[in-house]
Amino acid sequence: MKGNEAVAHAAIRYGCDGYFGYPITPQSEVLETLEALMPWETTGMVVLQAESEVAAINMVYGGAASGKAVMTSSSSPGISLKQEGISYIAGAMLPALILNVMRGGPGLGTIQPSQADYFQATKGGGHGDYHLIVLAPSSVQEMVDFVGLGFDLSFKYRTPAMILADGIVGQMMEKVVLPEQRPRRTDEEVKKQCPWAANGRTDGRKRNVVTSLELESARMEVINHKLQSIYREIKKNETRWEEKNIENSDYLIVAFGSVARICEKARELAAEKGINTGILRPITLWPFPTEAVNKAAEGKKGILVVELNAGQMIEDVRLAVHDNLPVEHFGRLGGIIPSPSEIVDALEQKLVKTK
Amino acid sequence: MKEEIIIAGFGGQGVLSMGKILAYSGLMDDKEVTWMPSYGPEQRGGTANVTVILSDEKISSPVLDSYDIVVALNQQSLDKFSPKVKKGGILIYDTNGIHNPPTREDIKIYPIDAMDATMEIGNPKAYNMVVMGALLEAMPYKLPMENVVKGLKKSLPERHHQLIPLNEKAIEKGKKILKEA
Repeated sequence: MKGNEAVAHAAIRYGCDGYFGYPITPQSEVLETLEALMPWETTGMVVLQAESEVAAINMVYGGAASGKAVMTSSSSPGISLKQEGISYIAGAMLPALILNVMRGGPGLGTIQPSQADYFQATKGGGHGDYHLIVLAPSSVQEMVDFVGLGFDLSFKYRTPAMILADGIVGQMMEKVVLPEQRPRRTDEEVKKQCPWAANGRTDGRKRNVVTSLELESARMEVINHKLQSIYREIKKNETRWEEKNIENSDYLIVAFGSVARICEKARELAAEKGINTGILRPITLWPFPTEAVNKAAEGKKGILVVELNAGQMIEDVRLAVHDNLPVEHFGRLGGIIPSPSEIVDALEQKLVKTK
Repeated sequence: MKEEIIIAGFGGQGVLSMGKILAYSGLMDDKEVTWMPSYGPEQRGGTANVTVILSDEKISSPVLDSYDIVVALNQQSLDKFSPKVKKGGILIYDTNGIHNPPTREDIKIYPIDAMDATMEIGNPKAYNMVVMGALLEAMPYKLPMENVVKGLKKSLPERHHQLIPLNEKAIEKGKKILKEA
């Protein structure tokens, strides 16, 4: 099935309580598939097409405040509209899952694949000192798996998680294994798991207030420190990446999402020309696998960062290796997907210097 | 076994759904598959193409720059993709509307008249299945027909399942015209 369809199936299977969305290419199949599957008749999951992206993210905010496992999805321009709500959710320390199937920008841009929202997803997006847990799937299977992982992490750390996919993973069809149906949590289970939730006061506990507003600066600083300590925990425990052929190579390619798979093919083509490359694929873009990149770069002649943007993740790669070796970028913009041989050409021109 | 295939033509010719049926047929034959469309705002009339990879092993890039098999259903697609057939690979094209036929000598070329064959069956909507028949016949990897039928069942909505015999007939017709090509 398609990556977008897979997300819809996964949401139901992982016991999601509610999905609130607004259609936009290239991810409309998420909402369409959910509407076709009618989970409200089976698991009781709510599926709602909101009147706008802003409404959808605020419905997520409300659902999350009551301890429900809720999500939304959109594509780049729609995700920009959601940023205020995302910042509020992060500020109120709530769990939520947001899927961005990126398309070419800026502005309304194109509907073709892109990775140009890396900065937005990993460096804030909305206002204030906050982070999202950002997961970058490179296959349809990971689209499924990261729905479960995204919910689990976001509940564990009370921090919203984002699946940052690109139009390729959203539109591509592949074989997937869906998880067993996980039952939706009962009201009792929600109360136990989320003692902070505004879901009806029970005897013996103080009322819960969910807000991102705190006019007293001293108290706001405490809240910020709390957030920062959560982010440190996430960095320590949840950094994820995948490595291929690092030890036997002269050059390192760093790429995320579906581009990492195009790079795998490029790696095979380069090997035929006698150029040995390894690939490091960050799976969590925030927290970024800084130490892993630093270690993988040891003894290499150079790094090529391949992205569907003008150079965004390359900044994190440079910080990781302190510019101790040449770090070059190759990217196609506006919705163009590079072919494997274009990547080999870039490697030869920018680093190997045989061309 | 690995077959890297691109099917290209006009939007509305059934290019994407043919790719989908091929991918599902491979899935039913226990292969790893990817189906990657060139999706665009256009529907009927524009260009459309889909890359399908069938493999025994895990598939890396869903995007390619050379192919084992190219199926081109108009001149534009033929011009664009015939240079991208791997040496020794296969090029199938529909001769309708082609004024500039391919000239490469290092690949196997099968010109077919799928439109005529479809008219003989009597349902123009079966066009893409005639082409699919030709592709299945030309492809070195032999997909068992029973799994193709399973693939059809899986990719067609149930309300269209009465059309499966027609589609089978079209696939058989396609296989036949390729043998004669």
